Amino acid sequence: MSEAALQALVRCTGRRQQLIGLLAAATILVFILSLFLGRYPAPGLLDWSRLGEDELATRLVLNLRLPRLIAALLLGMTLSATGMVFQLLFSNPLVEPGFLGVSQGAAFGAAFAIVLLGGTAFVTQLSAIGFALLGLGFSYFLARRLRYGGWVLRLVLAGIAVSALFSAGVGLLKYMADPLTQLPEITFWLLGSLASITWDKLLGVVVPVSASLFVLWLFRWRLNVLSLNEETAFSLGAAPGRERLLLIVAAVLPTALLISISGMVGWVGLIVPNFTRRILAADTRFGLPATMLIGGVFVMLCDNLARTLLPGEIPLGIFTSLFGAVAFLGLMTLQQYRTKS
Amino acid sequence: MSNILLSFRHVWFGYRRDRPPVLNDVTFDLKAGRILAIVGPNGAGKTTLLSLALGWQRAWRGEVELAGRPLEKYSRAERGRWLALTPQSEHTPFDYTVLEYVLMGRAPHLPPLGMPTAADYAIALRAVEQVGLAALAERPVPQLSGGERQLMLLARAIAQQPKLLLLDEPTAHLDLHNKAQLIRIMRELRSQGCTLLMTNHEPEVVLAVADDVLLMEAGQPPQFGPLESVFTEAALSRIYRLPIRLVQVDGRLQVLWT
Repeated sequence: MSEAALQALVRCTGRRQQLIGLLAAATILVFILSLFLGRYPAPGLLDWSRLGEDELATRLVLNLRLPRLIAALLLGMTLSATGMVFQLLFSNPLVEPGFLGVSQGAAFGAAFAIVLLGGTAFVTQLSAIGFALLGLGFSYFLARRLRYGGWVLRLVLAGIAVSALFSAGVGLLKYMADPLTQLPEITFWLLGSLASITWDKLLGVVVPVSASLFVLWLFRWRLNVLSLNEETAFSLGAAPGRERLLLIVAAVLPTALLISISGMVGWVGLIVPNFTRRILAADTRFGLPATMLIGGVFVMLCDNLARTLLPGEIPLGIFTSLFGAVAFLGLMTLQQYRTKS
Repeated sequence: MSNILLSFRHVWFGYRRDRPPVLNDVTFDLKAGRILAIVGPNGAGKTTLLSLALGWQRAWRGEVELAGRPLEKYSRAERGRWLALTPQSEHTPFDYTVLEYVLMGRAPHLPPLGMPTAADYAIALRAVEQVGLAALAERPVPQLSGGERQLMLLARAIAQQPKLLLLDEPTAHLDLHNKAQLIRIMRELRSQGCTLLMTNHEPEVVLAVADDVLLMEAGQPPQFGPLESVFTEAALSRIYRLPIRLVQVDGRLQVLWT
């Protein structure tokens, strides 16, 4: 074995680790800058020396922007990590975090609470979580019952069917909703926003979300093995059924929790993992941490636009979909753009 | 007795209870350091037998033992260090490089959530070199030809450093050059003490490397024995339902058919 080849390899691993270090630094930088970015007292960056003197500025930064930014960071990290984990586990680069009935389940739960349960924030959130997990459970149960194809295909088919059922339900609820009060609320929820995030809401989800992200991170190399077909993963000493189920739960749980406080935020979980694979590596040992960081930065930046571009709030989902779709098209047309190292 | 690595004792197996079994009373002993070829027509249960040897499928009846111990007594990681599988093909939608892919063979040697070390990279690189893909080590898998992919799957199994290597139709996608290469690698592995169990459709490959042959026929107990005694004109003609002749050319046996 050539010593030179091994040396080159070690250098390459080191370079990827450096790149992740750079991404982490960029994430921190964006986080800090975003904290000072806003429309008070004038559009632009807040002079940080005002923090001690101007009580309104201090409260604004600490009580509104800080929890909102943390939520944006966690949302971006979770959606893109979940997207990558699902794409690997289902051997399909076009799978997104909510496809196992989770997104549509949450949407149905929220609409259900808005139309039929009075629609207070807490009840809406609870209902969204409940139906998101119900969507997952239902997809899983259905997949076990289907008599067609392998396990992965059955889960995908079951997820599609359950999503369709829930979206029919959302349609029905929209039809029943009061067009002046409830319908706009449902629409706004379906477009996603972090405008209503408070410390209370955030603290309710931050522990399970962080714990789940940590579990996914621990599996960052193992995930490669679990992406192989079941018999091969088994031959490599894995327990594909159990390990995949653990990862699905660890990915769906934080997604459901965060969607319940943010509403639907589309495209992040689909585009960021694909983008990361293109620019960095398919190997999830590096790809998973990188996709979390890139996702976090992406949602923080989109949310900055959502809250500062106009005097009023623009739904976050509009920006993530817009930039996500543009980036996606760009990637697809620039196939050769992939660093070899 | 002690150098028997894999033994099947009256193994019966099928995928559905309401259908006739696929494996009927399979019995054989594979000694360490030998190459066993499983030969038989399509649908005779060759790949199924590999699945049982791997422990992925459990026998309805009978025993599968690895080094004298029932296969199901092995822990997952332990089994991964004893046995490796080279499947016929594998679906890979992601741009893994050849080396990243081969490196996955190190999984059973790592702690459950461990990361591969420089030593693992070195072993994976050596396996890539052994199958002749060194120049393609950094190439994304989807860009490989079918034959190159098959060699890469073999490299992953080699990186696993198994005592018993299971190969499912290893020559299926290979051109003549690569077929010769594969035969060389199999002999090399045998000389390094590895035991090989392969399914194969190509009589010339079987004749070139196999020490023992398991001749399978759908619905029948298979025949097992050394190559010379099992791989005969009469037996081949019967299982393939074709007149088949074995002829000596330049001191090597060749198969003639049609």
